[in-house]
This record gives sequence, structure tokens and C-alpha cells, in this order.
Amino acid sequence: MNAEALAFYALAAMVVVGGGLVVQSRNLVHAAVSLVPTLLGVAGLYVLLHAEFVTAIQLLIYVGAITVLILFVILLTEGATGLRVPQRNEQVPLALVVSGALVLLLWAVLLRVPWGPPAGTLPPYNPGAVGRSLLMPYVLAFEVTSLVILACLVGAIVIARREE
Amino acid sequence: MNWADLRWLVPELVLSAAAVLLLVADLFTPAERKRWLGWFAVASVVPAAASAVILLGDLQALRSPGVRIFSDTYTLDAFAVYFKLVALGAVALVSLVSLEYFPGRTPHLGEVFALLLFAGVGLLLMASASDLILLLLSIEFVSLSSYLLAGFLKRDPKSNEAGVKYFLYGAATTGVMAYGFSLLYGLTGSTSLYDIGPRLGQAGPAVYLAVGMALAGFGFKVSMVPFHQWTPDVYEGAPTPITAFLSVGPKAAGFAALVRTLSVGIPLEQVNWPLLLAALSALTMTVGNLLALVQRNLKRMLAYSSIAHAGYVLMALAAWRSPWALQGLLYYLLAYLFMNLGAFFVAMVAADATGSDEIPDHAGLSQRAPWVAAAMAVFMLSLTGIPPTAGFFGKFYLFAAAVDAGLLWLAALAVANSVVSLYYYVGVLRALYLMPPATPGPLPVPAGLRAGLLVALVGTLAAGLYPQPVVLFVETARRLLTG
Repeated sequence: MNAEALAFYALAAMVVVGGGLVVQSRNLVHAAVSLVPTLLGVAGLYVLLHAEFVTAIQLLIYVGAITVLILFVILLTEGATGLRVPQRNEQVPLALVVSGALVLLLWAVLLRVPWGPPAGTLPPYNPGAVGRSLLMPYVLAFEVTSLVILACLVGAIVIARREE
Repeated sequence: MNWADLRWLVPELVLSAAAVLLLVADLFTPAERKRWLGWFAVASVVPAAASAVILLGDLQALRSPGVRIFSDTYTLDAFAVYFKLVALGAVALVSLVSLEYFPGRTPHLGEVFALLLFAGVGLLLMASASDLILLLLSIEFVSLSSYLLAGFLKRDPKSNEAGVKYFLYGAATTGVMAYGFSLLYGLTGSTSLYDIGPRLGQAGPAVYLAVGMALAGFGFKVSMVPFHQWTPDVYEGAPTPITAFLSVGPKAAGFAALVRTLSVGIPLEQVNWPLLLAALSALTMTVGNLLALVQRNLKRMLAYSSIAHAGYVLMALAAWRSPWALQGLLYYLLAYLFMNLGAFFVAMVAADATGSDEIPDHAGLSQRAPWVAAAMAVFMLSLTGIPPTAGFFGKFYLFAAAVDAGLLWLAALAVANSVVSLYYYVGVLRALYLMPPATPGPLPVPAGLRAGLLVALVGTLAAGLYPQPVVLFVETARRLLTG
């Protein structure tokens, strides 16, 4: 096992353990803070893929902004701070069986696929290349994203605002 | 990118501009004039639909089956135009009846219509997306707007439940679908459906896995068994015009996206997806019909019936090798637009008076509003598939396709299912015609609802009695750009 594989497994463990804590913790604030190792681990995986620009964005937006935003939401939602919410119900065994079966199926199939180099060339990962691909082939998806966010903002305000 | 390519996007641009304008106009509209915003939403569909028809004419003038723009992420062909028109029809009719439903129930009228238009933009994009990223994004666009609309009535706990349930279920299936898409990208190194098809090569079981996971997302949108559990609760709890919208708009666009993804991206030689979908179709129609039999709530009954109808439409994909299959799917979804919207509109009439969606509470509607009851009779017979309604021709096409593709067992099962469905559709008519009304006296039907009902009724009958124009258009729309 070389150093790269070792780093990958360490980061993957970080992601999985963090994710497990998010869905297990009964305290909302703990769950939110547990997102940090998960998102950091994903940032590390991007480093392994030589995607430095995406790593920086991941750190800034997800590890920084999104986590803080979630904590603020908990703070500002009346009575949610320190609230202990049960994250388990009677469907846990069934969910474990289904997701366990899915994991085994994925392993059984994905470990046998001859992944080889993909048919296309790997796209370069620097800010210029990312910008060009956002504004050239994916410009429509890029613009549609802004509409999606606008629609969500409007809807979220209506749902969340207090009625007079 | 080429600026001239933008002209192929005019329907989307018109509808997005209308949605944004509506949001701005909402700020300056006094509360008593908010209904004008609804009329604006209805009117904005007209230029969008007209531009889609003009673009179809342009395609024919170019003698081309379709154009691919923005590095193949967006495809405009006759197939896409057909689904755009179906989606716009759903947006217009639902906006029209929302004008009568939402005032008095929510102070945020402008946002209802803006979100309906945004959902409409998503539907237009779903019909044309030919790249996994744009496809995922447009499906999410429709889904996110739908979750918000389903949970829009904040004071109604059932509406809240519908919004949250729809959201949780949708988020989970989107995650599974995105994973499937990532496998397709990993196997081929491309997100474009046109590249994925030829590059899949001999990838073996991983392609089946990727297709299966992607089907979770599509199955959720069209309420295919086993991804259907959200349907009854969301249909029952959501505001009725939104339920009507969910049952036709996202369902039709979901089928459009599914057809394009499978027929362009997944070669039949690599994955025997017609066989997979034959099994899912049989399961979907049978589960939907059997569960519909025991429902007493009209909206829940229509929810299970919409699952059954998804099963019938899936027959077209199971019978893909038959030339009738795609025509059947196209015709059926148009017929379904009219008959199912109509059925939900009738549900609104009686619920307005009694405040209840239970079928026995619709008793005696034939005496209180004879025309509405007669329209319901047409919709119920059309949903069963009895001539001369549009539903009959739709089923005829689909059954013929199944027989033509050698799926005799599936066609026989579909006929048996249609006979079973007669029981619960006629059960509604029994309440309407044979049971005495609880409170006598004529029932007022608001103008917008009357107009919506009339369009649905005329559509259901015209497409059944005089199907030639629709058949001609369906013939054109069969020309799907395959690469």
C-alpha cells in the first residue's frame, strides 16, 4: 500500500465517521459540528485528485460558510439550541438491512469493473479551466442554477416567515 | 457559445422573465389586486407556447430532426417541443384554477404563481436536457419548486406534512440518482448522453447498477413502484391545484427525461432495459390499482390511480422495439393531462362546498351542479379507457404496442387492470349520481374553475372523437434526436 492509498483510506474514514456522527448525535449542535470532519475529508480527497481550486472552494464554502450558517440557523430558531432530538425510530433495523444490502451490491459490482482510463481526456483542474467550463459547455446549467436558487430563496422566505 | 443559439431557448427565457417580473410586480401590487398576478401568469404561457411552435416550424424548415446547443447539453427536437407544450398546458390550466383556490387561503399569492412559473421553466428544461448535469439540475428545479408549493398552506398540518414528506423522499432518491449518474460518468468519462451511449462498451454489471440507481430518481418523479410511497400522502395533503399539477406536469416531464436518457444514453445491446421496465410496469399498474380499490378519499384514490397510469405508460418503454411505443406514450400523456387535471378540478368544486375530499361527501353532485358531474363522468370513463374518450385511444395505442413487441402477458395484465379500475372509477360516479346530496341547492362554480374544467373536458372529448390532429403531431414528435 503506497502513501497515496494510505492517505485516501485515512480521509475516507474521516468522512464516514463524521457522517455517522451527524446522523447519530441527538444534539443538533453536535450534529452540525460533526459535519466539519466530513467536509474536511472531502476537501482532502480533492487534494488527492489534484483539484486544488475545488479544494479551496470546498474549504471556503462548505467547511466555512455552510457549517457556520447551519449553526446560526440553530441559534436563531427559537428553542432549537441544545434541543435533543431522537434520530432513531422503529424503522432503523429495516433501513440498516436495505442500506447494508446496497453497500454489498455496490462492492460486489464496482470491485469487478475494469475501471481503466476513461475514454475522454481528464479535464484540467485550475481556476481558468473551471471558469472556462462553467462559462462555455456548462453555461446553461450555470445560469439555471441561479434561477433554482432564486426560486428556493423566495419559497424559503414564504415558508419561514412569521404570519402577521 | 454562440449568441444565435439563444433563440432555441426562447420558451424558457420567456417563462423565466415572466416569473422574475411577477416577483417584482408583486412588491407593488396592493393586496386586493393580487389576482392580476395570476392572470399575468396564465397570459405569459401564451408567448412561451407560441415560440415553441415557431421553433418547431424552424426545425422543419431546416429539414433537421433537431439541434444540439451549448456543447450538446441542450437538445431541441420535435419530441422536446411536444413535452414543452404539454408542460405549458399544465402550468396554464393550474394557474387558472389557482386563481380561485389560493385567495383567502394564503396572503402570498404572487409567490404561488412565481413558483408555478419557475416549476414550468424546470419542466421545459427537463424535456430538452441531454447532459447528466443539466438533467439533474432541471429535475431538482422542478422538485424544489414542487416541495415548496406542496407545503405552501402553512396553517394546514396536512399541507406541511405533504411538503416535508415530498422533500425527504425526493432528497433521498435524488442522492441515489446522482450516484448512478456518477457511475455513468466514471464508466465513460463524459456527462453527455450522446457520448455515453457509444462509449459504454462492455462495461457489464456496472451499467445495470448505474441504470438501476438512475431509475430511482426517474421512478420518484413518475411515481413508479417501488418509489411511489410518497404519492398518496403528498397528493392528499398538498393544495388541490398543486396536486393536479404534480400529477401531470412533473410526471410527463419525468417520462420525457426517462425516454431521452434510455433511448439516447443506454444502448439496447448493453442493457436490456425494456425487460426491466416490463417488470416494473406490471408491478406499478397492479399495485396502484389494487390499493386504489380501498380508498375513500377522492384525492388519495386519484393518487393511487396515477400510480396505475404510470404503470400503463411504462408499457411503452417495455415495448420500445415496437414502432407504436413512443407514439402511445406521447398520446397517452396528452390524454392524461386533460382527464386527470379535469378529475382534480371536479374534486375542487365539491371540496369547496363541503370542505372534505371524502368520496361520500361528493354525493348528489349531479343535482347540485349537473354539468360538473357530467364532466366528471367523462373524466372517469376516460381514465378507465372507455370509447370515445381520449383515454381509450391512449390505452389502445399502448396495448397495441405491447402486443406488437410480443409482450402479450403484459397487455393481458393491463386489460385486467383496466377492468379492475372500472370498479373504483364508477364508485365515484355512483356517489355523484345515485346518492342523495347532504345539502340541496345549486353549487356555485367560480369562473376560473369553470374555464379550466371546460378546457379539460373539451380536450378529453376532442382528442378522443377527432384524434387526427393529435395523431399527426404525435407522428412528428416521434422524431427524437438520437445522436
